[in-house]
Amino acid sequence: MQQQIEDIYRQESRRVFATLVRLLRDFDLAEDALQEAFTAAMQQWPQDGLPHNPRAWLVSAARFKAIDRLRKESRLDSLEDLKQEPIAPPEKEQEVIVDDQLRLIFTCCHPALAPDLQIALTLREICGLTTEAIASAFLITPTTMAQRLVRGKAKIRNAGIPYEVPGQRHLAERLKAVLTVIYLVFNEGYHASSGAHLDRPDLAQEAIRLGRLLLELLPHAEIRGLLALMLLHHARRATRTSADGDLLLLEEQDRSLWDREQILEGQQLLESALITRQFGAFSVQAAIAAVHAEAPTAEATDWPQILALYDVLMRLSPSPVVELNRAVAVAMRDGPQAGLELVNGLLGRGDLQQYHLAHAAKADLLRRLQQYSAAKTAYQDALRLAQQDVDKRFLQKRLQEVDAHLSAR
Amino acid sequence: MKYMMLIYSDESIWTDSERNKCMAESVELCHQLNAEGKYLSASPLHYVETATSVRVRDGKALVTDGPFAETREQLGGYYLVDAANLDEAIDIASRIPGARMGTVEIRPIFELDNLPLSTK
Repeated sequence: MQQQIEDIYRQESRRVFATLVRLLRDFDLAEDALQEAFTAAMQQWPQDGLPHNPRAWLVSAARFKAIDRLRKESRLDSLEDLKQEPIAPPEKEQEVIVDDQLRLIFTCCHPALAPDLQIALTLREICGLTTEAIASAFLITPTTMAQRLVRGKAKIRNAGIPYEVPGQRHLAERLKAVLTVIYLVFNEGYHASSGAHLDRPDLAQEAIRLGRLLLELLPHAEIRGLLALMLLHHARRATRTSADGDLLLLEEQDRSLWDREQILEGQQLLESALITRQFGAFSVQAAIAAVHAEAPTAEATDWPQILALYDVLMRLSPSPVVELNRAVAVAMRDGPQAGLELVNGLLGRGDLQQYHLAHAAKADLLRRLQQYSAAKTAYQDALRLAQQDVDKRFLQKRLQEVDAHLSAR
Repeated sequence: MKYMMLIYSDESIWTDSERNKCMAESVELCHQLNAEGKYLSASPLHYVETATSVRVRDGKALVTDGPFAETREQLGGYYLVDAANLDEAIDIASRIPGARMGTVEIRPIFELDNLPLSTK
């Protein structure tokens, strides 16, 4: 029974929470009521047996706990409102649960909240990560993260951020914000921006779970595209570092160890996204990842295809980082000199001067052109800007190789 | 909920005809909002050079010329509206003509229940 209750907690607690926020209109009250309801379940269920519908039992128990608390605190205004709010009739239950989770996602990713806070609130309120875990992902103390979350919830309450799925008119734009948050969570999980380890698999998995949830709720092409993108990257997770934890580039990875099941799922999602012709930048990025996943060897990579996809991406969502990736693809198709000219042009414009990967790309192209002295300077620039231990070790290794060439002359 | 909408813009970039057009459109918007039951009050403000700042320190009022902070954008007017939630307030803010030249800052009103009712 103990194990059963724990399983129910893991599966249902955030869903129950989402419904409670709607009923109680207060994040903190909902969280406290949720915890009290589970405490009650721990005592009652082993004696009375598992209720027919544990989720409905929990919602109802939590609501009584909240009403009790409001009565004790004499918050009678809230109490009046609370009694009028209907709980879903059983035949509509599934629909209402889905809607409540969507409401919670859109509220946590509201553009009136700072982007960092959107991510933190999503991880805390939707994924149910602890404040300590989120603080460690953001490299700040749990106290600071706790304060940030409190301020976020206060803004939701005081600024009147609605607990609603946005109407058709705003849906596309707001959905974009939600997808961006999920992708940032994934990216932080897939390639942590700093620290000793390359990835935080828990964050990447949470992002994939959120993507799946969102797709279940809203069958939108770009959600499929994002989920495909995350799966196609995640399929390579086991091969991205060597046994000693060193970074392995795409061409060095053991392709036989890529997760074929995830690649297949990613490909199928991508196809269903592309077929709608309503796809966006995430789907195009997924298509690029799919071309890599489909190449049996690094040499067999279809670079003209990848370049064509980068051209589409530049039209859909131009950015210096996309331009940099496109330049690398150009180098693969037309040779390092062509890529180097583009990267130099980009760095000359100043946008990417502080981005270590721009300097690393330049260094790599110079190395391939055997211009070792210039390559050395560029690797040093990259190393100065890199914040992540695995990245730094990779750059140091390359720097040593370049040094060996220079001293051999 | 009640929201204050503060309209900031660089006063120097407005031509007279832009200003007149903005004023006329704003009056029209106020009538529309009133018909929707969302209007509480609104007004443009005179140029920032008419501003006077007062601060009381050690019981003495210190009066100076100009706004509290020298910024590139100045407060040029306000709307006070009644909206269901922030999304509705954002919709109203995006209809404010001044938003096309400057920035509208939306601030929820902190409501007190012990204030007098104005008789003016």
